[in-house]
Amino acid sequence: METVACPGCDLVQRIPPLPPRGKARCPRCGHVLATQSSDPLDRPLALTIAALIVFVIVNTTPMMGLSAVGREASTTLLGGAHQMWLQGREITAAVVAFCTVIAPAVYLLCMLAVLLAVRRPPAPKWVGELLRWAHFMRPWSMHEVLMLGVLVALVKIAQLATVIAGIGMYAVFVLIFLLAAIAVSFDSREVWNRVEWVADEPRPFRRDATSGTEAAR
Amino acid sequence: MNGSALTAAQAGLVSCETCDLLSRAATPAQPGHCPRCGAPLQSRRHQSIQYTWALVIAAAIFYVPANMLPVLTTNTLGSSESDTIMSGVIYLYTSGSWPLALIVLIASIMIPMGKIVALAYLLITVQRGSIKNNRDRSRLYRLVELIGRWSMLDVFVDTFVVALVQLEPLMSVQPGPGVLFFMSVVVLTMLAAQSFDPRLIWDAGRRRQVGHG
Repeated sequence: METVACPGCDLVQRIPPLPPRGKARCPRCGHVLATQSSDPLDRPLALTIAALIVFVIVNTTPMMGLSAVGREASTTLLGGAHQMWLQGREITAAVVAFCTVIAPAVYLLCMLAVLLAVRRPPAPKWVGELLRWAHFMRPWSMHEVLMLGVLVALVKIAQLATVIAGIGMYAVFVLIFLLAAIAVSFDSREVWNRVEWVADEPRPFRRDATSGTEAAR
Repeated sequence: MNGSALTAAQAGLVSCETCDLLSRAATPAQPGHCPRCGAPLQSRRHQSIQYTWALVIAAAIFYVPANMLPVLTTNTLGSSESDTIMSGVIYLYTSGSWPLALIVLIASIMIPMGKIVALAYLLITVQRGSIKNNRDRSRLYRLVELIGRWSMLDVFVDTFVVALVQLEPLMSVQPGPGVLFFMSVVVLTMLAAQSFDPRLIWDAGRRRQVGHG
């Protein structure tokens, strides 16, 4: 059993052994402390590789197109951000590119490196650093929001011209599912258990599960 | 809470925000670094209340121009028409797609407003040392963290409308100054949610317990 402090309320508690797909919630504030995945490393690795392939498709194929009065136009994801930049909204363009291309790319590449590196424990120290990056990028990668945004844009433009949903949009749909599946199947505790420690001192706080005595120096 | 409930801070321990390892703080003032992942340890997020207030106030200020200034300007053969976020919602509604109008209304107007109000409420109750509804306030915080990103919806909508509708000289759409402010509100409230430390909600009860005992 692992002793942790709840990130939501700081209550010290032990996480009991969980059944597969089980979840441990803090009894005081309800924060999810741990989830148990049946396959915490191999499955997310496979999903991450699949997601990277789909990610390339998302960024290289048109998201949507239109035809009106004999003219046609289409745009990719980065094409949209680029047009925003050309129209003088550089900061907005940069944030759009960050939330739809850069953050998901960094997240997926970090996850790939982490999942490959932890296959042979002890994993090198930089794994922790990359996992921290992946964790940081997760809330900023917004494909599900993007998907809805593209749909609203399609409806808006449909009043003016004939619109066509591009391959990229379907690919975004697939990517959303892959990213959600990575999040569900991945267990960062499993990675941390395999990472080489940065320091020996100070000793971590640990309780011996059988005797209940403190092993900390 | 029952008497056996103990927080890490009370026990002289500190939980790593990166890897969740519980370790003994070197000193309460300077807990040092996490022995496992090397991240700097802190018992509570540094100056959480001040940072969160600053970001919430900035977001509240930006919320005004975000809603007043146009986000899209449509030019058609000599005439031009500007749309704010709200008039975009009305346009969607009158053109017959009320479900999308509702989604944009919720994502662009209600969620940013709700986030600012919710974070201000959490900050005020923490500062006043409230011990009421702790569990609900924790839930509210998790909700704010979860739904915040959905406000970016309108920024993406505007980006794609601008990118596609460039049919010079018949019709073209330009982004308005409102987009930048709106995007800033979303980013600022997301950063505010990240800088708020939910453990502060529970610290007041501990202080009170210590005060009585």
